[in-house]
Amino acid sequence: MKKIILTLCSVAAIASMQSCKMKSAESAVQGDAASKVYVAPGKYDEFYNFVSGGFSGQVTVYGLPSGRLLKVIPVFSMFPENGYGYNEETKPMLNTSNGSVPWDDQHHLMLSQTNGEQDGRWIFANANNTPRVARIDLTTFKTMEILQLPNSAGNHSSPFLTENTEYVVAGTRFSVPLGEEDVPISSFKQNFKSTASFISVDKTTGHMSIAFQIMLPGMNLDLSRAGKGPSHGWFFFSCYNTEQAYTLLEVNASQKDKDFIVAVNWKKAEEYAKAGKGKKVPAEYAHNTYDEDKQIATSTMEKEVLVLDPKDCPDMVYMIPCPKSPHGCDVNPTGEYIVGSGKLAALIPVFSFAKITKAIADKQFEGDFYGIPVIKYEAALHGEVKKPGLGPLHTEFDDHGNAYTSMFLSSEVVKWRLSDLQVVDRAPTFYSVGHLMVPGGDTKKPWGKYLVAYNKITKDRYLPTGPELCQSAQLFDISGEKMQLLLDFPTIGEPHYAQACPASLIRDKQVKFFDINKNHHEFVAMGEKKTNVVRNGNRVDVWMTAIRSHLTPDNIEGVYVGDEVYFHVTNLEQDWDIPHGFAIKNNPGAELLIMPGETVTLKYIPTRQGIYPFYCTDFCSALHQEMSGYLRVSPKGSNVPLKFSTGVVADTAAKK
Amino acid sequence: MKKLTLPGKISIFIVIGCLATLWFLPMWQIDLRAPQYPGGLSMKIWINDVKGDVDIINGLNHYIGMKTIHKKDFPEFIFLPTMMLIFMGLGLVVLLLNRKFVYYIWTGLFAFIGIFSFYDFYKWEYNYGHNLDPTAPIKIPDMSYTPPLVGYKKMLNFEALSQPDIAGWFYIAAGVILLGMCVYEGRKKVAK
Repeated sequence: MKKIILTLCSVAAIASMQSCKMKSAESAVQGDAASKVYVAPGKYDEFYNFVSGGFSGQVTVYGLPSGRLLKVIPVFSMFPENGYGYNEETKPMLNTSNGSVPWDDQHHLMLSQTNGEQDGRWIFANANNTPRVARIDLTTFKTMEILQLPNSAGNHSSPFLTENTEYVVAGTRFSVPLGEEDVPISSFKQNFKSTASFISVDKTTGHMSIAFQIMLPGMNLDLSRAGKGPSHGWFFFSCYNTEQAYTLLEVNASQKDKDFIVAVNWKKAEEYAKAGKGKKVPAEYAHNTYDEDKQIATSTMEKEVLVLDPKDCPDMVYMIPCPKSPHGCDVNPTGEYIVGSGKLAALIPVFSFAKITKAIADKQFEGDFYGIPVIKYEAALHGEVKKPGLGPLHTEFDDHGNAYTSMFLSSEVVKWRLSDLQVVDRAPTFYSVGHLMVPGGDTKKPWGKYLVAYNKITKDRYLPTGPELCQSAQLFDISGEKMQLLLDFPTIGEPHYAQACPASLIRDKQVKFFDINKNHHEFVAMGEKKTNVVRNGNRVDVWMTAIRSHLTPDNIEGVYVGDEVYFHVTNLEQDWDIPHGFAIKNNPGAELLIMPGETVTLKYIPTRQGIYPFYCTDFCSALHQEMSGYLRVSPKGSNVPLKFSTGVVADTAAKK
Repeated sequence: MKKLTLPGKISIFIVIGCLATLWFLPMWQIDLRAPQYPGGLSMKIWINDVKGDVDIINGLNHYIGMKTIHKKDFPEFIFLPTMMLIFMGLGLVVLLLNRKFVYYIWTGLFAFIGIFSFYDFYKWEYNYGHNLDPTAPIKIPDMSYTPPLVGYKKMLNFEALSQPDIAGWFYIAAGVILLGMCVYEGRKKVAK
């Protein structure tokens, strides 16, 4: 009996003991985090944070430190909210050599720079799926230009740029045969190429054009960075799949111990291009520009591109071995160090630009890759950060000589010193951080106050919303010795890279409305007296105006089934934040959202007879609900005369 | 006949100088503020023009049926400057005649112009605030929208503040100088 009691007692004792538990992922936010991110009503954030939209195709703008969403800028995807890509003015922006491609995968962003510092003029965005680069104006937050890239697929190492915005680059992640050749997939080694395109940017207008494409062996160019300061004139691309696999890359592209960082001397490439060393090859690609004066985009098809082959251009391209499929390839603020982040490696190699140039001068090569000299790893190496964490992806810098590397697998941000390559702090992220971003952390002048981690996995961070969750960003205070987690905030699409700059750089140059006197739209109605409806065959143009709180004309008759009706709506307002919208019943497209002083066009083809109300969709005033009108659509072949008016009340009884 | 003192003569130039500012600076301002207009709206009245956010104010006023404000609707913008120019010219006549009583008449004329202008301004404000379009969308019984002649008033969602602008203050200064000099001239005699 005693034994039984003793046994029972010991069982009970064990059962009552606290069982061992795995560490919870719940973050303990410490100290004064709340007050550090609180931006009081009516106050402004300190930084604009431009965040790539990933598979949303757009660019989003947040305020830091509050993490408040300020705007979604439509870039590569149609955007029914404001009619981008639906209205006649912006349809051409999404044109490509394959017709309209109204969606893309937007990965990276880069603010224009002067002398290696952000200048707040434009932000560039890449499209990964159908290779394109866009330029967004930061006085209007509008997409002004989209340039397609020929001989490319998976435009990933883009849109990184040189320190004076001389060039924006675009590198191929998925090698393809040049000139859209029809070849067996298995002929990868012979026929597939990757290209690094250098897009020149006009200093005053920002207009882009492909200066030259450097043809490289078939492999996957991943990320890239321009040199700065002493390394200005060079561009560095990380690459993987130097195994040249074309199937099951997961395994077949992860075999080699080292892939490469491709170092391109673009100043030399420029000289070769000028000296006629390149070859003009036929290529069809769209160049779409939005004309602010005429308020309409046009798409032109380019016909050829200049290709430089490293074989004909010695000393232009070198390869630096870099462990295990590198992703990030980041240059520190002084321009001396290039940090490679092998995503499968257990260390972070840091290369020295001085050593690279010396190795090239001393010809310290270990061989070549398709004729391109491969510099000896040790000859280029400054040193390695040992045991930083697992899955290093991307590195940014602060203004105190520290580097911050995102670790996808160990889900953390690791802070280390460039001087002695010692890890000094690590902070967990929730979960699996991809890119990280320090405002200006990729320039000569970082603002080392905040760091944002853009996480790839969200799980339990917010109230659950079914199987499909938002992505999550996390804000850290990095002003102290230790990183401090301040805030989680949800993001749109799947952010990859982001940029941030002090608000003062762009806040005060925002356009509040467009001067109507400078509106040179072909179909502008300069005042209600200039409104009109004109038929030309089956095309009907409506010069319409919108002002609080009526549309002119608001009664239109004499339109027939099958007509192509173009509503050119001019917003006559000349005050800040008085947009008007325009929508018409059964229109298979989206609405128009017209800023003050702007003219925007909605094309509408009525398919059935009837009365179609149209109205202002943006709550503009106390009489917004009254801001509406009617379009009468009569059967084809009927003889209802073309008639339009506003404020005219018929004195006769209604006739059919 | 009593002649003008030296300060009296100098004051003529100062008064003319003060009045000349009317062509370079606004004389009156009406500021409006509403929740939707955090920066406020401002109407600047010049001797020959009305400037500032007039277009925006016009846009708003159609709700309550107020007439829109247009420069061309104001004959004041022609006769006010003309009157003022004549007054300034008369200053030189006063100087030439060099008589105290002419100076007093000149001051009297100034007072007349000032009172007339204010009366005209009030009449315009009254008409503007009361003469409403009967088909206006917003009608509030017994509500009129006469802006304050001087000072503050709340009208619907708008607060209005009416006050002299820089040239207006110069104008007032001119009046003060004229009055002051009249008193001064009355007491002082010029030694022969």
